[in-house]
Amino acid sequence: MKKMLLAILGASLLFGAISANATPEQDRKQILDYYKNKFPNIKFDDYVYGALIFSPDALEQYKSIMDFPPYYSQLDTGKKMWETPFKNGKTYASCFPDGAKNIAGRYPYFDEKLGKVVTYEMAINACRKANGEDEFAYDDMKTMGLVTAYSRSLSDGMKMSVKVEGAKALAAYEQGKRFFYQRRGQLNFSCASCHVQQVGNIIRTEYLSPLLGQATHWPEFRGGYNVTTLQTRYVQCNKQVRAVPFKQGSEEYNDLEYFHSYMSNGLPMQTPVFRK
Amino acid sequence: MNTKRRTFLKSAGAASTVAVAVAAGLIKPTEVMAAEWNKAAFEAKGVPDALKGIGVANPAADSRDILIKAPDIAENGAVVPVEVTSKLAGTTSIAILVEKNANPLTADFDFSNGAEGYVSTRIKMGQTSNVRVVVKAGGKSYTAVKEVKVTIGGCGG
Amino acid sequence: MAEPMRIRATMAGDAADIKVLMNHPMETGNRKDAKTGKLVPAHFIQTVHAEVNGKTVLEAQWSQAVSKNPFLGFKVKGAKAGNKVTISWADNLGEKNSAVAVVA
Repeated sequence: MKKMLLAILGASLLFGAISANATPEQDRKQILDYYKNKFPNIKFDDYVYGALIFSPDALEQYKSIMDFPPYYSQLDTGKKMWETPFKNGKTYASCFPDGAKNIAGRYPYFDEKLGKVVTYEMAINACRKANGEDEFAYDDMKTMGLVTAYSRSLSDGMKMSVKVEGAKALAAYEQGKRFFYQRRGQLNFSCASCHVQQVGNIIRTEYLSPLLGQATHWPEFRGGYNVTTLQTRYVQCNKQVRAVPFKQGSEEYNDLEYFHSYMSNGLPMQTPVFRK
Repeated sequence: MNTKRRTFLKSAGAASTVAVAVAAGLIKPTEVMAAEWNKAAFEAKGVPDALKGIGVANPAADSRDILIKAPDIAENGAVVPVEVTSKLAGTTSIAILVEKNANPLTADFDFSNGAEGYVSTRIKMGQTSNVRVVVKAGGKSYTAVKEVKVTIGGCGG
Repeated sequence: MAEPMRIRATMAGDAADIKVLMNHPMETGNRKDAKTGKLVPAHFIQTVHAEVNGKTVLEAQWSQAVSKNPFLGFKVKGAKAGNKVTISWADNLGEKNSAVAVVA
């Protein structure tokens, strides 16, 4: 009976349409309950470990490497970029409250004046533009990747606290949710196919990570050295289901990140991290 | 490890003797700091030749006193954490070999002056292989293995 | 010339627990440069030397199969808080680096 209920719940989450009138908070609670039922032994806070939670062997390697991660020199480069003043003498820190300490959890947010979702990376570029500098390309890991890897580390441990307030913000959130549950690509998978329905199972030798906690640990240093922002991963994932990816910083990915991050509200961010 | 050099350091007594020789320009600092790299052992293509290169003939199998902490399945073959603890009294060195790597000998550690028979590092493995550890203790040599699987993931990795 | 290594040295019981993260590409010589298609020449740390209070405690020799940005952890019994830890390395191209830390 429980299995059937779970299947029905999973299917309804898959279509999303059934919860079309639910608030973001109701959506999030529904996801929490789904995972609590499916994995009664996983603690809420441990969802930040993603797929690692399904393999003690993999989690142990992660902890061992995170004890003294190999990407320190890249973080130093990011730090230098962050602290070097612009041509006008100002620094990135001047664009953010508290010098950008413990702020990353508030991103993305919906900017009423601009009428769109603003991600952390967009805020970095807005800061550059406001200070007379060229914007970084969102997919340039040598610039955007390293600056965010360092600056987001100033928010390490902060609880994800994305807000969805107002009709326009809600509409953007709903767009992101629709994207998450929509099938795409030659393999015809939605994000939910793997990251809701098949969580804990293995595909191509990999455990599938849950939606819950997924947005908390970015950027990642894949293999210990390759900086990867969340939207870089969206591009990779879309390619992996053989769908044409959207551009990083596009409205589609920004709305997706908005929904995606909201789902991880309350979880402590781990920024940056090592991943395989 | 070049035994001649180790004997020299031992007989040189206090570090100050060596320091004086360095100051007088008799020995270049680089000669003291850089031990001669055991080319023959590190470039050996098979485990037997690598073992010969580090002066080990038939190490006794010992899985009880040599603890190898390494993953069952490596998350990433380029960064495999390996920790070796030797409980054998008088441990003087620990060597780590990856049997299926083109050159199996990966690292050789010599301990002295209170350093314990323990080492932790991260290594590269080209494929699923035994990680073999050789410990020299009390003039004898011992060995243990742990198999580490290396896969290439389809999505995450 | 090379980037500084990071050393963490703390007391754990009657032994100093010393961890080092070095900066080095540890190129095996088997990797092809993505842009040029040519093999990147082997460039890796061959010897590591560690001293506590002027006494050699560890001599290590490495192959190109030690991971990039190498990590090294070892323990020294009888070391005390305040002792000086010196780590030096030399690579196959003649580059060297050295750093000092104090046991906390």
